Amino acid sequence: MADPILSIRDVSVTFDVRPQGAWPWTPSLKLHAVSKLSVDLMPGETLGLVGESGSGKSTLARAVIGTIPHSGGRITYEGRDLSEMTAQETRRHRRDVQMVFQDPLAALNPRMTVGDIIAEPLITHEPDTPRKQVKARVAELMEKVGLLPNLINRYPHEFSGGQCQRIGIARALIVKPKLLICDEPVSALDVSVQAQVVNLLKDLQAEMGLSMIFIAHDLSVVKHISDRIMVMYLGCPMEVGLAKGVTAEPRHPYTQALISSVPIPDPVLEAARERPVLEGDLPSPLNPPSGCVFRTRCPKAQPSCAQARPDMDNVAPDRFVACPFQEVEKVLADA
Amino acid sequence: MKLAEPDAKMLEEVGQLAEVRGRSLWADARARFFRNKAALAGLVVLILIFIFAMFGGLIAQYERDFVDFSLMGANAYRGGPSIETGHYFGVDIDGRDLYARTVQGTRISLLVGVVGALVAVLVGTLYGATAGYVGGRVDNIMMRTVDVLMSIPFMFVLILMLVIFGRSILMLFIGIGLISWLDMARIARGQTLTIKNKEFVEAAVATGVKPLTIILRHVVPNLLGIVIVYATLLVPQMIIFESFISYLGLGVQEPNTSLGALMSLGTKQMNNGTLWMLFYPLFFFLITLFAFFFVGDGLRDALDPKDR
Repeated sequence: MADPILSIRDVSVTFDVRPQGAWPWTPSLKLHAVSKLSVDLMPGETLGLVGESGSGKSTLARAVIGTIPHSGGRITYEGRDLSEMTAQETRRHRRDVQMVFQDPLAALNPRMTVGDIIAEPLITHEPDTPRKQVKARVAELMEKVGLLPNLINRYPHEFSGGQCQRIGIARALIVKPKLLICDEPVSALDVSVQAQVVNLLKDLQAEMGLSMIFIAHDLSVVKHISDRIMVMYLGCPMEVGLAKGVTAEPRHPYTQALISSVPIPDPVLEAARERPVLEGDLPSPLNPPSGCVFRTRCPKAQPSCAQARPDMDNVAPDRFVACPFQEVEKVLADA
Repeated sequence: MKLAEPDAKMLEEVGQLAEVRGRSLWADARARFFRNKAALAGLVVLILIFIFAMFGGLIAQYERDFVDFSLMGANAYRGGPSIETGHYFGVDIDGRDLYARTVQGTRISLLVGVVGALVAVLVGTLYGATAGYVGGRVDNIMMRTVDVLMSIPFMFVLILMLVIFGRSILMLFIGIGLISWLDMARIARGQTLTIKNKEFVEAAVATGVKPLTIILRHVVPNLLGIVIVYATLLVPQMIIFESFISYLGLGVQEPNTSLGALMSLGTKQMNNGTLWMLFYPLFFFLITLFAFFFVGDGLRDALDPKDR
């Protein structure tokens, strides 16, 4: 088996939060955005990250590109630890790992033309490229993502959301990255445009041999594009497995709840099915529950759940579930 | 479906049409500004005043420091504005041509205002953007420095400086340059704080763009709208500031003059029936300020992001 392009081992990300009205010497509260999370990403593979808002998906992505420091564990990219990289290696990492953002319009500088926006990573990493060549590359990329190259001098506000997201994708791909992180790239788009963008990403991935981390809170989108899926809750991994397996046979109670919330496009089936509705809100990451973080909302919670955090059990080939009471639940219909 | 040959060819040609020029936000703002009649009128007046200040001297019949002895002691009834004598705006108390002096005063006042605004835009914007972008301790130190400078009573310090180092226009510029950027730095910092959390800045950070480049390429162009508006409103403030200093007799020195100094001389003669000595400089002073305010308001409306 090949070496993983990205390896995340017991990674935690915490933020300091100043309590309200605190004196300068009172210690900060620790917000645990990601805690002790491990996952590997193989070259050419797509990993889907799913979880509700505040589950630490985006924080994990930012730790991987290095804009947020991780406080524990190791993130290794192509065998090199992120926190031990030399300046030169950091530059290479910044170039190899590119990101597509959630809000397509906010991710583009409104004062720059589309051509300048797309060219920025190229100019940053290869400042000596002749201008003609830069322009040719930009045009090539625009064509690749389905934009007319003669729109190169337009400004972001003259484009629709889907087009803006294509611009964002072109910008990420112009330096030929190896790993593309998509932070909810389609959640701000119309459903019809979502499909276009997801298919575009899929095609580009196959064409360029990209590895991808695809973040979304919509399971049906993630299932469509991912090879493997990791379900997160409050910064902790709940279940990891092949996309088909996780969506067809969810084992963790949280995954089951997530999947049951995806509507079935058939009114009869939809009315007939039983759905375990999760009660309450996400607990505060400032003070996460002891033991299993999901126990406060879990339908199967036992007193023992509060004792210790459950291990990721390897319950089936390529399948890890962090719940001792896990059991297979057949999904009614294809989500 | 396969397209017929001519259709396909036409499509090809359309695809290779000349690049479409986009309408930048600046172009939009310009269009909005020119639709605003009051602002446009202000701009026209401002241009006329600039022409007056630059080229008005060409039609003056006298030098600004030439004392017309023929009018000595007869100012009140023979020194008034008239075309025949060549003193279009009359003469001042010393028998010097008020027209030539008003032209020069307007020039100095505009210069003071523009220099003050320029310093504010260059220094204040970069200072504030840097403090806001870097954040943390650097931000704290930089902004507390601004607070300290702001808490010094500048009028008092400037008057002391003018008294100690002699009254010169250079000293005046230094004094105005020292204070004008402080407010701008605060405004720029506040704007930067909101801009730096935008995703396009994060995207630039993630690709490894250097901090200085980010400030110049992503932060400054996006706060320039506010900065320009504030700068146009700062110009009249600086003109008033200079006029006040000159009114006290500490600013521009003879034979040079400014609108403030001219008004100061004019008010002293109010009881002698020579009101034109006050009214002509006052007229240009007010017109200039009004024009700047109208242009500033127009720019604010044109660049206001809420309007987009």
